Amino acid sequence: MIETIQALLDPDNLFLRYALVMGGLASVSFGIIGTFVTIKRIGYLAGAISHSVFGGIGLAIFLQVNVGLSWFDPILGATLAAVISAVIIGLVSLHAKEREDTIIGTLWAVGMAAGILFIDRTAGYFNLSSYLFGDILLISKKDLIFVSCLDVLVLGLSILFFNRFFSVCFDSEFMSLRGLNTSFFYLLLLVLTSLTVVLLVRIVGIVLVIALLTIPSAIASFYAKRLWQMMLFSILLCALFTSTGLLLSYALSLSSGPTIIILSGATYLTLLIFHKWIKN
Amino acid sequence: METDHDIILENVSFAYKQNKILEDVTLFIQKGEFASIVGPNGGGKTTLLKLILGLLKPDQGRIRIFGEPPERARQKIGYMPQYAPLDMNFPATVMDVVLMGRLAEKTLWFSKKDRSEALAAIDEVGMTGFAGTGFNELSGGQRQRILIARALCSRPAILLLDEPTANVDHETEVNLFSILQTLNAKMTILVVSHDLGFVSKYVKSVICVNRKVVIHPTTLMNGLLIKDIYHGDLKMVRHDHRCSHEGHSHD
Repeated sequence: MIETIQALLDPDNLFLRYALVMGGLASVSFGIIGTFVTIKRIGYLAGAISHSVFGGIGLAIFLQVNVGLSWFDPILGATLAAVISAVIIGLVSLHAKEREDTIIGTLWAVGMAAGILFIDRTAGYFNLSSYLFGDILLISKKDLIFVSCLDVLVLGLSILFFNRFFSVCFDSEFMSLRGLNTSFFYLLLLVLTSLTVVLLVRIVGIVLVIALLTIPSAIASFYAKRLWQMMLFSILLCALFTSTGLLLSYALSLSSGPTIIILSGATYLTLLIFHKWIKN
Repeated sequence: METDHDIILENVSFAYKQNKILEDVTLFIQKGEFASIVGPNGGGKTTLLKLILGLLKPDQGRIRIFGEPPERARQKIGYMPQYAPLDMNFPATVMDVVLMGRLAEKTLWFSKKDRSEALAAIDEVGMTGFAGTGFNELSGGQRQRILIARALCSRPAILLLDEPTANVDHETEVNLFSILQTLNAKMTILVVSHDLGFVSKYVKSVICVNRKVVIHPTTLMNGLLIKDIYHGDLKMVRHDHRCSHEGHSHD
């Protein structure tokens, strides 16, 4: 414990402080968007978005190395891929009622495959697992600025359109009868989800995104009676899981993403069993 | 003619892919009507409601609500859906749910007036004191009443309810229909129901839907049995022809 605190204060360990700050800041977006994803039950859509992000990362690396577009950062590629796939997935889930799961499953896999093929055609060695499972060593000051901007955006839009998002999640048919544009708010929610997913990819990686997006909100739903309470509680839980997980992974020399996920997953399952047991 | 009828459907047809759901439907609903919509599953009851709400567009024919197309008249219609598709673990209080009925194009947050209208609607369905209760803590019948309150709180002139008494016990059903009977003094009510025998004690007419649509007043019921299109489960409806121009025959 003392060693971990010393490590935090060590000037050489700037990355660890960045990672902790990043985790705390990102928890704001995660908690809010995660709550919407959980109550609207679109975790599957978030999963598809996060996997298609890999295609964008692959494309960015390809363009940087092979075409010489050095400004085309992987995070830019990831953001573009996330937003585009969110819009496509949103339109598919709004209009293609019967084939929805097939189409979304296809986007999920095609995004991953495209990323791998781009990297196949790029000279040099790339540590793929850092994208798949997250790597706190990759976090830079630029990421901190990005996450702060996203927080402002997510927080601002969620407060402004709180009742809109609330009703589109609870009963979107009723909302359209009140003369409101449900498709627009559904797509906006998915785009915000996609931007949040890009942040999550930095911390826990593509494969583990869904877990950190939904577990804190799922735990919060045991205790919260109202939507805003659920969000607040999710934010706190998310910050707790990421910071504890990061420090634990540092102390035990483990990968950070999986440590965070195991920690939150174990907490969720324990509480779930506990609550089922109390009810019976 | 159009002035004393709230809802008018003229020669309306609707098909889903190749299946004709409703065919050449002509229906006039008077102001102050309290009608039950009955018919077999898949006969087009929900489709009829969705056409009136403007959620579906007819393939042929014309629909007018207060003389306007359905999309324009929506604000004057209160709608209570079947509650099956709603997520019952949703973190919302009774107040949160009822306030949704006050959402309008320009509402971002709710005003004091919205809140007082919502409280009044909660009172109207006999749920006074439940505003702060979690929606998921309510019984099935209480939830139905809250969903009626949500429909009421926009002060509609027409109330449409889709199977409000599915999955509730008899006592709750009696309770809901007496609430509706009281509300009928102020608005036109159409209610989809599976239990005609019970409903006929409360409603003024019965709308039979099975590809064709026929309306019967319940005032002169004398136990005549109609089997044909409803496969024997529709009883006690007299063959009067109040709504279609040429009358109808069940053939």
